[in-house]
Amino acid sequence: MYAQLVKSEGSKSREEMTPEELAFQERIDRGEKIEPKEWMPEGYRKTLIRQIGQHAHSEIVGQLPEGNWITRAPTLERKAILLAKVQDEAGHGLYLYSAAETLGVSRDELMELLHAGKMKYSSIFNYPTLTWADMGAVGWLVDGAAIMNQVPLQRTSYGPYSRAMIRICKEESFHQRQGYAIMMKMAQGTPAQKRMAQDALNRLWYPALMMFGPSDKDSVHSAQSMAWKIKMNTNDELRQKFVDQTVPQAEYLGLTVPDPNLKWNEEKGGYDFSEPDWSEFYDVLAGNGPCNKDRLGARVKAWEDGAWFREALVVHAEKAAARRAQAAE
Amino acid sequence: MPSLPDMNTPEVADLARREAEANPNHPAAPQPDAGQEAFFEALLRIGDSTLILGHRVSEWCGHSPALEEDIALANVALDLIGQTQLWLGLAAEVEGQGRSADDLAYLRDAWDFRNLLLVERPNGDFGHTLMRQFLFDAWHHELLKALSASLDPRVAEIAAKAGKEVAYHLERSSDLVVRLGDGTAESHRRMQEALDALWPYTGEMFLGDDKDAKVAARGIFPDPASLRAGWDATLRHVLGEATLQIPDSPFAHKGGRQGTHTEHLGYILAEMQFLQRAYPGASW
Repeated sequence: MYAQLVKSEGSKSREEMTPEELAFQERIDRGEKIEPKEWMPEGYRKTLIRQIGQHAHSEIVGQLPEGNWITRAPTLERKAILLAKVQDEAGHGLYLYSAAETLGVSRDELMELLHAGKMKYSSIFNYPTLTWADMGAVGWLVDGAAIMNQVPLQRTSYGPYSRAMIRICKEESFHQRQGYAIMMKMAQGTPAQKRMAQDALNRLWYPALMMFGPSDKDSVHSAQSMAWKIKMNTNDELRQKFVDQTVPQAEYLGLTVPDPNLKWNEEKGGYDFSEPDWSEFYDVLAGNGPCNKDRLGARVKAWEDGAWFREALVVHAEKAAARRAQAAE
Repeated sequence: MPSLPDMNTPEVADLARREAEANPNHPAAPQPDAGQEAFFEALLRIGDSTLILGHRVSEWCGHSPALEEDIALANVALDLIGQTQLWLGLAAEVEGQGRSADDLAYLRDAWDFRNLLLVERPNGDFGHTLMRQFLFDAWHHELLKALSASLDPRVAEIAAKAGKEVAYHLERSSDLVVRLGDGTAESHRRMQEALDALWPYTGEMFLGDDKDAKVAARGIFPDPASLRAGWDATLRHVLGEATLQIPDSPFAHKGGRQGTHTEHLGYILAEMQFLQRAYPGASW
């Protein structure tokens, strides 16, 4: 899940709604899609910008931890697969910024908010990728967690967001399978490779659980987003689903989920498991994760170092247009 | 072993020749696959160049000036790595020693690499990277055109596939070189500086040696010098439109295609080969 703690408005009862708001809510309740030029409450628009923007930022910052291993990928094939994957992430960023643009905010504005620390990206990308097994674990766990959230978002009420999600989900599930394939290879490999695989699971398990955001009891602003079908499931529902799906996959790999309290609960038909350390989560969101400074610093540097490049393209386009106009006279 | 003063005398050479005539297993005897060795070298020269350039380009992943550039550069790197798999795969087959493309990429030291010096140059700023790409693409495009008519059908087939990709690489890098050369004063300055700095690394692309002559004689690879006219024409056209000045110095650094590299290649390999070297024999 690439959007955590997205601020939304307090929800309104039907009696409190204006006739326009009521008609809008009824369209959503009927399952209609809202399209860019149509009327929407300001709160809906703002919440969507925050959520889609955060998701887009997560995709582009998310290039960095995986990009970290492209030049060290162990075979030509693994290198090609990883390159293709990181390229997909950039592509997802592009769809999502485009979806956000339909709500009246430019990509440049969103980038500036990111760089100024006024918009967030998923906490998971503030963790380092320390061994090659992390390329497997990121695909398996991080993309796996993202899919849990994004599959239901294919049915979200905002048309452009929903359509972006449909494309993204296809690619993400491919990424997850690739990640798992790396894990299989490592888990069946030499003792050193197995150690890498277990170590990656140990480090990334709880950060992956944090991706779904805080527990429902502590999650603010969820009700309105759910009424608007911007958020489709609660954080705890998705986290439970993720654990239930992932534990058997870890067992198949012969790896141990780093949770002594993990236990199948027959009655609820799911696993009982330990909560992540939420103080760590809030520390990471506050900028104190292991890689916050490096990740944001890399994005800011890329943006600033590239200013001359972007400016030159604009100036060239203006010159070319002027020349065409002159030729037409 | 002869004592030192005896070495390199005509007598020693003569002795070796007579010995070889009498014993076909003697190292001085003419090898039946001498032509294959030149073919193997020619394949390394192209495959290593695509590998090392692919590596350099991929260093930009996530760090480029615009999202579209991240996507495009990853795409170019991906094409180059894909071509590497084909060229080094064929090289391994031609060599016939049971090595794979991965063995060639990951288990050779710098002196066995045969890439152009140009592609191991550090990325520099984004303009520098684009200029390096353009100078390479213009040559690569000419080379693949010639190789698609190779008398070796395997070479012709790879060249035809790669040629489509590289036509796009050249279109893209040409377009950006024009836009940046004829953009702002700053972008013009950066592009001219990049061209001047990289220029001495371009001459090597057209310098043939006896190995090139062998594969050219068999119609497998073109004579490197024959690619110059097409490359020059592309440069005149694109750099002219970009308002950039082609340097007139004919000086060329050379040695990459023979295995004498710049200091940079060792670091590229140290990074690229790390896992294969640290965990020998593991399967990934």
